Parts: sequence; C-alpha cells; structure tokens
Amino acid sequence: MNRQHAAWLFLAPALLVLGVFFLLPVIAALALSLTDYDLYTLADIRNLRFVALGNYWALLQRPLFWSALGHTVYFVAVGVPLSMAASLGAALLLNSPLARAKPFFRTALFAPVVTTVVAVAVIWRYLFNTKYGMANFALGHLGIHPIDWLGDPHWAMPTIIAFAVWKNFGYNMIIFLAGLQAIPPDLYEAARIDGASPWRQFRHITLPMLAPTMLMVAILTVSGYFQLFAEPYVMTEGGPLQSTTSVLYLMYEEGFKWWNLGSASAVAFLLFIIMFAVTALMLRFSRRGGES
Amino acid sequence: MNPRLAKAMINGLLIGTAIVALFPLLWMLSVSFMAPGEASSLPPPLLPAHPTMDNYRELFVHAGMGRYLLNSLAVSSVITALSLGFNLMAGYAFAKLRFAGRERLFQALIGALVIPAQVAMLPLFLLLKYIGLVNSYAGVIVPGMATVFGIFLVRQYARGIPDELLEAARIDGAGEWRIFGQIVLPLLKPIMVTLAIFSFLAAWNDFMWPLIVLTGQEHYTLPIGLASLAREHAQDSELMMAGSVITVLPVLALFLAMQRYYLEGLLLGSVKG
Amino acid sequence: MKHAGRSHRSLRAPSMRRSLVLAGVLLCAALSSACGRTPAAEQPLTFWTFGREGEAIVKLLPDFERAHPDIHVKVQQLPLTAAHQKLLTAFAGGSTPDMTQLGNTWLPEMVALHALQPLQARVDRSTVIEPDDYFASIWATNVIDGTLYGVPWYVDTRLLFYRKDLLKSAGFDAPPRDWAEWRRMLAALSDLQRHTYGVLLPTNEYEQLMSLALQQPDPLLRDGGRYGNFRSAGFKRALAFYVDTFRLHEAPAITNVEAGNPWLEFGRGVYAFYLSGPWNIGEFRSRLSAAQQDDWATAPLPGPEGPGAAVAGGSSLVIFRNSPHQQAAWTLIEYLSQPAVQQRFYDLLGDMPPRRASWTGGALRDDPKARAFRDQLERVKPTPPVPEWERIANEMQLVAAQAIAGQLTIDQAATEIDRRTDLILEKRRWVLDHPQPSAEGRR
Repeated sequence: MNRQHAAWLFLAPALLVLGVFFLLPVIAALALSLTDYDLYTLADIRNLRFVALGNYWALLQRPLFWSALGHTVYFVAVGVPLSMAASLGAALLLNSPLARAKPFFRTALFAPVVTTVVAVAVIWRYLFNTKYGMANFALGHLGIHPIDWLGDPHWAMPTIIAFAVWKNFGYNMIIFLAGLQAIPPDLYEAARIDGASPWRQFRHITLPMLAPTMLMVAILTVSGYFQLFAEPYVMTEGGPLQSTTSVLYLMYEEGFKWWNLGSASAVAFLLFIIMFAVTALMLRFSRRGGES
Repeated sequence: MNPRLAKAMINGLLIGTAIVALFPLLWMLSVSFMAPGEASSLPPPLLPAHPTMDNYRELFVHAGMGRYLLNSLAVSSVITALSLGFNLMAGYAFAKLRFAGRERLFQALIGALVIPAQVAMLPLFLLLKYIGLVNSYAGVIVPGMATVFGIFLVRQYARGIPDELLEAARIDGAGEWRIFGQIVLPLLKPIMVTLAIFSFLAAWNDFMWPLIVLTGQEHYTLPIGLASLAREHAQDSELMMAGSVITVLPVLALFLAMQRYYLEGLLLGSVKG
Repeated sequence: MKHAGRSHRSLRAPSMRRSLVLAGVLLCAALSSACGRTPAAEQPLTFWTFGREGEAIVKLLPDFERAHPDIHVKVQQLPLTAAHQKLLTAFAGGSTPDMTQLGNTWLPEMVALHALQPLQARVDRSTVIEPDDYFASIWATNVIDGTLYGVPWYVDTRLLFYRKDLLKSAGFDAPPRDWAEWRRMLAALSDLQRHTYGVLLPTNEYEQLMSLALQQPDPLLRDGGRYGNFRSAGFKRALAFYVDTFRLHEAPAITNVEAGNPWLEFGRGVYAFYLSGPWNIGEFRSRLSAAQQDDWATAPLPGPEGPGAAVAGGSSLVIFRNSPHQQAAWTLIEYLSQPAVQQRFYDLLGDMPPRRASWTGGALRDDPKARAFRDQLERVKPTPPVPEWERIANEMQLVAAQAIAGQLTIDQAATEIDRRTDLILEKRRWVLDHPQPSAEGRR
C-alpha cells in the first residue's frame, strides 16, 4: 500500500506534465479540428461554431493540401531510402576490419547530427547559392551549367533531401554499426570457407541479420521525415511556387499565419493518421515478408 | 580483390565521406572570419584573406546575439535539469516499483510516441495563452519538462538494478525516497549523464515550438534569432556564418566532450524502438 | 544543474519537492517578465517594423530622442515574411508592442481583433497631421466602418516603368494613356521570334490584375463585403485584358521566380514595360548602367479610358489598444509624419510619403521618375477593407493563372473566383449576421 503510494508520487510530476501539456492538448486538438476556430473567434470566443468534419472535408478538396502531401511523400519516399543507404554504407565502411582511425571517422560522420538544423540549413543555403555557391562552382569545373538549386521548383526539394541526408545519416549509421557488430563472426567465417564472395556474404548474411534493425530504423526515419518543417522554413520559405511546402509547413501557415486553428488542427490530425497508416503498413509488410 | 587495394578503397571512401560531412562546418568557420562580401566573389574563396572578428562583434553588439546565447543557455539548462529529475523518478518507478496498472500505463505512454508533437501545438498555444505564458521562457520550458523517451530510457537502464539491493534496504527500514536518493540515483549516474546530454541538445536545437510561442526578440533562443536574422540579412553570408558558428559550437563541443555517453544512450534508446 | 552533486548522505529531502520548488521559482520569474508591464517612466516605447524600414528608422530616431529625452524607443525589426504571423501570435499571447508599422491590407484584420486604438481624437487635436494633406484614398484605407485606426506612413502603388527608346523606335513618342493605346504598343513591341515581350506580368503576383480590376467602376466585393463581385462586367473586362496580353504573346506566362532578374532583362530590351512599385526606381538606378539611365521612365497606369486608378497600398503607423504608452507612441507618429522627416525617409529608403506637403521639397520635388507616382497617387483606390482580402487576392490570382493557361474561359474564371471568395467570406457573413450582444450561450 505504502509502496503503491510512493510509486504514484514518483510518477506524478512526469505524468502531470505529459498529461497537461501533451495529452490534454492532443484531445483538445481533436475537438478544435471539429470547429471553425479562426480570427473572429480569437477576437470573441462567441464566434466559435461546431462544424463536425467540415474542416477535413474542405481540406480534402483543397489542391494545396494535396500538393503539400505530395511534397512530403516525395521527401519521405526519396529521402528515407537515400538516408538509410548512406547510413548503411558508412556503417559498413566503419565496420570493415581494414578501416583505420575508426573513432575519428565515427565522430566526423556523426558530427552533423548534433548540429542545429537552422544553423546548418543556413550554411547550405549559401553553399547552394546559384551564383557564388561552392556546389555550382564545383560543377562548373565539370562543365555543368549553374543550377538554381533553391530557386527552381524542380531542384528545391532534391536540394532539401540532400541536406537532410547529410544532416541525419550519422544517426542511423551508429545504430547499424551496433547491429553489424552483433552479427556472429563465425557466420562470415563459414561463408568464406564455402568461397562466398563479399557481395554474397552481404546479401545472405549481413542483410538478413540486419533486417530487424533496418525495419526499426526505417519506421523511425519515416516518422521523422514526415515531420519536415525547419528545412523549408529556413531554406526556401516553402517556395519556390510552394514546391517545398510540406504538410507541417501548411499547418504552421494555416494555424499561425492565417490563424485558422480549426483547419490547422485538421491538417495535424490528417498527418497523424497518414503517419500511423504508413507505419502500420510497414509493420504488416515486414511481418508478411518475415513469414514467407 | 587485392587486400591492399581494398584497404586503400575503404579508407579513401571514409576520407571522402568525412570530407562531405565536415566540409560545410569547416567552410562555415572559415567564412565567419571573412570580411563582409568576401565570400560572394568568384572563385569562392576557401580561406579568409585577412581574418577578422568583425562579424562576431557585429552580432554581439548590434544583432543581440549575446542575449539569444544567454536565453538558449538558460532555457536549455532549466529544461535539462527539470526533465532529468522528472524522467528519472518516473523511469525508476516504471522499472522497479510495483503498482496496479503499471504495464498498461507504460504501454500507453509508449503508444503515445506515435503521435507527432505538432498535433498538440495549436491547443498548447491556446492553453499557454490562457495561463499567460506566451512569450516567456516558461512557455518554452514547460512542455519539455518530461519526455516519454526519457522515461523509457531510464526504465531500460534501471531494470538492471538488482531487486535484492532495494529489498535489503527496505528491510533495513529505509523509506522509498531515501532508497531512490541514496541507492538508485548513484547507480543511475551513467544514464543521467546520457539523458542530460540528450535533453540539452534537444532543447538547444528545438525550433518549431519556440518559434511559435516566442514573439518578442528579448526571449528568442539562438535558432529563432538566427532564422530571423537569416531572413533579414540574406545577403550577408559572412555575418550569418558567424551566427551559425555561435549556434552550433556549444552543442558540438558538448558532443565531442561527452560522445561516449551520447552514443551509448542512442543505442540504448533504440534497442526496442 | 541541481542534480549533479546529490549523492551525499544527508539527503532526505525528496528530489521531487526540490524540483517543484525550483520549477515554481522559475515559472514566477518567467511570468513576471512576461506580464510585469507597468507604465514606468523608464520603460521604452516598443515599435515593430518589418523588413527594410527598420534599418532606416534607426537613423531617424536619434533626432527624435534628442527632442524628447523622456521617450526611449526600442525598435524591433521583424522579417517581412514572418511579420504577419508574429503580429497575430503577439496579439493572441497578449504581448503586442506599443505601436507598429502595418500594411494597409492587414489593417482590417487587426481591427477585427479589436487590437488597435482609434486615433480620430488625437488627429483632431494634432497640429502636425492634417488629414486633407494626405492622398484621400490612402487615408481612407485607415478608416474601417467610420473609425480611424492608423496614420499613413508611406505609400505604394503600381505603375508602368517603360523603355523610352524602345517606344520611340516603334513610333510612339509618349507612354500610353488608355488600354487601346497600350495594346497597340504591346503588339508593336512584342516579337515571338526574337523572344521579346511588351510587358512582364509575373503570373504569381496578384497586384497587376488587381490594379486593372480596381480601375473598373464595379466594386470587387458586394453587399458590405459579404460576397465576391468578380462576375461583374468590370472585373471580366479587366480579366479579359489581362489574359489577352498573355494569349497574344505580349507577356510571357512565367512566374517571378522563372523571370529571374527582371531588371537586367528590362535593360536588355526583353520587356518594354514593367508593371511595378516605387522601390524599383532605386533598383533600376543601381542595376542599369549610367548610359541607360535616360532610356527608362515611369508613367501612370493606363485605364480603360484615359489614365486610370491603381492600388492604394503602403503601410500605416498604428497604436495598440492595450499599450500603456499611447501618448509617447502618438508623439513618435507625429514626428514621423513631419514632411521634413518623410523626405529624409525617402532619401534613406525610397519609400514614398503619403502627404502632399512632403512632395514639395527635397529630392522628390524634382525627380522626374517619381512624378508619375505623385500623379497617380491622386487617383488610387483602396482594396476592400475585409480581413480576408489577402487570401481572396491569392485565390483570384491562382484562378487567373488557370485562365492564362487556357484551362478556363473568362466567364468560368470569374465564376470560380466568386465561388472561392464566397467560401472564404462565409464566416464573415455569419459574424455580420449574428451581432455580438445577442449571440449568447455559445461556449
């Protein structure tokens, strides 16, 4: 009894914080998304109306929502595989018995992860400047004409993806590295005796042994990448031609620029539902893949 | 393949990757010492012709960067201290204290991880407006005072504490608080360090929430101040690079000094996702 | 912070209690800094500016503070793109400054929030600010439902920058006065083979179409801003003229991003006309070579029949209702409204003054490139004073871009703009039809 009591006291501060500042707002967001809370409501709460699913319905008919979703899916679908491939490649290099100065390289490759998104996004903005940026200068030596990286609607998102891969690959690299180190060395030993090439060893030992880690990493990365916001905010302000407006950017503008909190909450919930569905699909897909 | 060739290739690739990873950061450092306009010339210079501290002086004297730096330090430290305390207590309780509904409550918390934080932001803003915390340090701090991730991390680690140790103390008549303070906390020290680094980095780098809740310059944290400057002074690359250095350097230094703890925590936190 | 050295023995005090105390202390500290607004004499007057204006204002302030030693002004510069959001969040959070610069299309929004202080009484008493000296339509943008909320600070209207030499070589000695004449010039100066166009009208900017639309007698919204009026004959005429310019290949259907560096292209003769605002006088002066400076000039926007109206844009100075420094703020507004100060402001930035007296001296009086603006300012027209206007204008342009692409006819486009506008205005209609005092029982 006394111990039960103590347990709850230990839990109280954290649960209170999470309850009041997270759980309660989430529930309130659901309620808010069913109202037309807007500028007029801000002026006078009596201007609030219940609109049921009206916000959701209106959003599904808005081209901007679909294009924001499209840009976000583009970012996730291209960014996550690239990011994971870079992480895995770097982890394989670091795990190789031939690699030298491993601690140094591990630290160097991980450094971008701990940096502040805003600060490094600012750096990239200058590196990818059309006229004076290092990127175009380097390409110029290869005879490639300057590309308007952040000003051309076709190039802005790829540039942001490259930035995200650069910024994040170190994180998953560490996880993959631990996964690689956990693979029993005698598996490789046996394969080598059988005369399996390094590529076959990778395909038939490394990948299957790493599969659970990869699934977890994929799910975490996907949900992280769905929350794209700071990069376009700093690098492109959602442009050019809204080509880098993500779902969260739309929510931010809808909520805090136009002050349509009702409709912005609906955007947030739609994003949540989509993320949830994608994660569930990935889990189910992997489970089926694991059974067969 | 020839082993020497393989060795050269692997190390060459590592060097190449390291250059890609570090070049932007080194370039930032170099440009921050250039004179205004120097970086915007062709060919783009790699090193400053005449290194100068003018950009830093300008940032601290005119752009209010010193204030932002102090704000960031204060806000991040307080969040770290508070969330460390709250998460340690809760994580320990989930790991070692028996109470009705423990597993279910923990499952629910883990389940809540799938909800993106942004869903809560709009009502949270209204809530803080109601309490009167918009545009205050507390507005940034309060939602970060406890994290599911932190609780999870502590729980994972605290499960390794042998029950016999705690039982023995109870038989000796020690109260629960005393056990926590004198036996558990010292054992949790490594995870405390890890969690502290995590919390501090997360608080320091946080962008979207401070951007929303802070309206006046006097409360800006570094990322917000930098983003605001970047929109005002888009052409002044040297100045902006100096600002980026100020923003990035403290966390980078913290990471370099404490990287063992940080990387261990990263793995511990992702064992069971 | 406090937890690091806590493993020593004497510790009985639960860490939770300690943390809570610490949290409480911090909360109070933060709270008091957020809410502790007392109108103390030393408290500075906070003034928000957006974009470039902040840098110029800092240079005007020393003189003001010398004349008024009791007032200390704290200027906060917000990036233009973040300004709107910051204003609204500040209002929602109760942390608005004492005064701010405010674009006159944003004014209705802040008025709808009851955020601004009415100023008529102060203007009546003022010896500096004379309403009659201001361009009438510019002044009118600050009057919402009969109440004055702001004093115009600088003006913005869109007109024609044109290449004199190109017009002359095509046989035109003077800039166009009406649409028919303009159309003839556009036809003569456009050449699809040589990739030259009469005019640049970026398809993602609404100001150009809006300028043409404001020249019509029909209002853009009807029934007191309850519904769109884009199906009116006037708007359709403006839209048709606008769309025809693209269909006849007299303007390229590109956005301002694709247009890249319009000043350079204008200098090269890719465009003979460029429809834009006052800041471009400075841009052309600095970006075109000295030899080309005599080749370009400005002209009022041609209307359907003779020189027409155009947008009455710009920024005003407003005081927030909850500011404890109303008098100090007003003193600063009066200072910034003096013709001599406005002339210095023009010299610093190129922002044009809203009152006629400021145009009679300084660099403005003799500047031939500014004269067309001065002329047009007498004919400008305000945009509809509803909070939703900016969103409506955005939608209008999106639909117009579809018409340019040939996806919609003029009639279809007008109907579609009305449909979207009516949707945006739905809440406004409801609020207007449910006046506050009678609406009770709602949460």
